[in-house]
Amino acid sequence: MTVESETSVLSAQGLCKEYGKGAALVRAVQAVTLEVERGELVAVVGPSGCGKSTLLHLLGGLERPTAGSVRLGGSALERMPEAQQARIRRRDLGFVFQAFHLVDELTALENVELPALLAGASPRGARARASELLAQVGLADRASHLPSALSGGQQQRVAIARALANEPLLVLADEPTGNLDSSATTELLRLFEQLHARGQTVVVVTHDERIAATADRLISMRDGAFVDETKLAGGTARPLSAMAGLEA
Amino acid sequence: MVPLGQVVQLEKIEPLQGYKLRIVQEVVLALLAKQASHGYQLQARLALALGPLGGALNAGHIYVTLGRLEKADLVRARRVDQAGRPDRKVYELTAAGRERVHEWLSDTSWPKPAPAEFHLKLVAAAAAGLADPVRLIDKQRGELLVGLREAQRAALAEPAGSVAGLLLEGVVLRLQADLRWLEECARYWNAAKG
Ligand SMILES: Nc1ncnc2c1ncn2[C@@H]1O[C@H](COP(=O)(O)OP(=O)(O)OP(=O)(O)O)[C@@H](O)[C@H]1O
Ligand SMILES: [Mg+2]
Repeated sequence: MTVESETSVLSAQGLCKEYGKGAALVRAVQAVTLEVERGELVAVVGPSGCGKSTLLHLLGGLERPTAGSVRLGGSALERMPEAQQARIRRRDLGFVFQAFHLVDELTALENVELPALLAGASPRGARARASELLAQVGLADRASHLPSALSGGQQQRVAIARALANEPLLVLADEPTGNLDSSATTELLRLFEQLHARGQTVVVVTHDERIAATADRLISMRDGAFVDETKLAGGTARPLSAMAGLEA
Repeated sequence: MVPLGQVVQLEKIEPLQGYKLRIVQEVVLALLAKQASHGYQLQARLALALGPLGGALNAGHIYVTLGRLEKADLVRARRVDQAGRPDRKVYELTAAGRERVHEWLSDTSWPKPAPAEFHLKLVAAAAAGLADPVRLIDKQRGELLVGLREAQRAALAEPAGSVAGLLLEGVVLRLQADLRWLEECARYWNAAKG
């Protein structure tokens, strides 16, 4: 029996994922245990192939673990029928995955409002929220563009806005800045900081130091396992002269 | 002309309540090169020149700095009498002070980068079996990330085109470079562990 904190949004116990058999066996995720508190921003970093994406898929119920369990908002994903799992994924989770395609036939705005409409929001409310989200990711002027008329980075920002449409319990993001240039990354950083300030719970896999720096907690993964966990203490802002190293 | 030793000595003076004295001295000298000033005037000019960087600099800093520069014969004070009020000192550069400003402007030395020292720490820790280099790297990464967060938050709060934003961008880029190098270190020392 594991003790679960009251404020825990996500709780994973002894998660394992294996692919293949015998000589081809890959232990993509090994005995991972993770508690994420409400409002926490957790970053997972580690070398390519260490199992970060696989872990996010397990956390979001997109793949079933070989062993272990995932609880989201207190309910155990693996005990639910698939239909109920799908409903929870739609309502409580926001996914930002690198290969998470937008609907080609819908405009940016329509893509962003889709999850809210599917969850039963009023068309007017869904549209207002979608417009606001597009503005937050710096794409207010691209609302009526089809995905094919957007750059890769812009499509990714639409996907991020879409992930936030239902004010999900938890956002799972896999390399959200993967295709973004430096100024687009800055826009995304701003968004991450705002989300964080508003208490959105996020687990993000990233290679980008700037995104990792927004986290409350940094987890290093190697060979499928967690090898280090660092709390990034808040730290009050120092004067500019101190940050710039002008003070001894 | 001031003997060279004395000029070099300047850089070894204790930090002035937080501020690195050397750079304050250089800026004061540069401002005086344009125009002799009395202390109060100089403080106002410095505040203007430094903008948001000058926040923690007070009159005391400036008088201490001027006193030291005077002692090093880089500036000299002239007494100017004022009708009905006590004399005041106007500071101006000496020939040596002027020389020093030129040296400063043409000096291309760059602050010592962090890698060499940290690298040696890792090498020594591994060689002596004192600590796991990978653990040291993890700890260092946490420290740098906290610094990066602080700087990038401050940068995000700056309006576009602000001079403080420009400076913070430099701080952010530098920390990013250090963090990337730490990842290379982690890769190397993980492989070395086998
Ligand atoms: N469907 C699959 N079948 C077999 N092996 C897989 C499968 N998916 C992932 N793997 C393997 O599992 C390991 C972890 O992969 P994963 O995609 O989670 O890594 P990652 O940390 O996200 O890497 P990157 O940073 O490159 O995205 C890799 O060795 C990968 O080859
Ligand atoms: Mg991946």
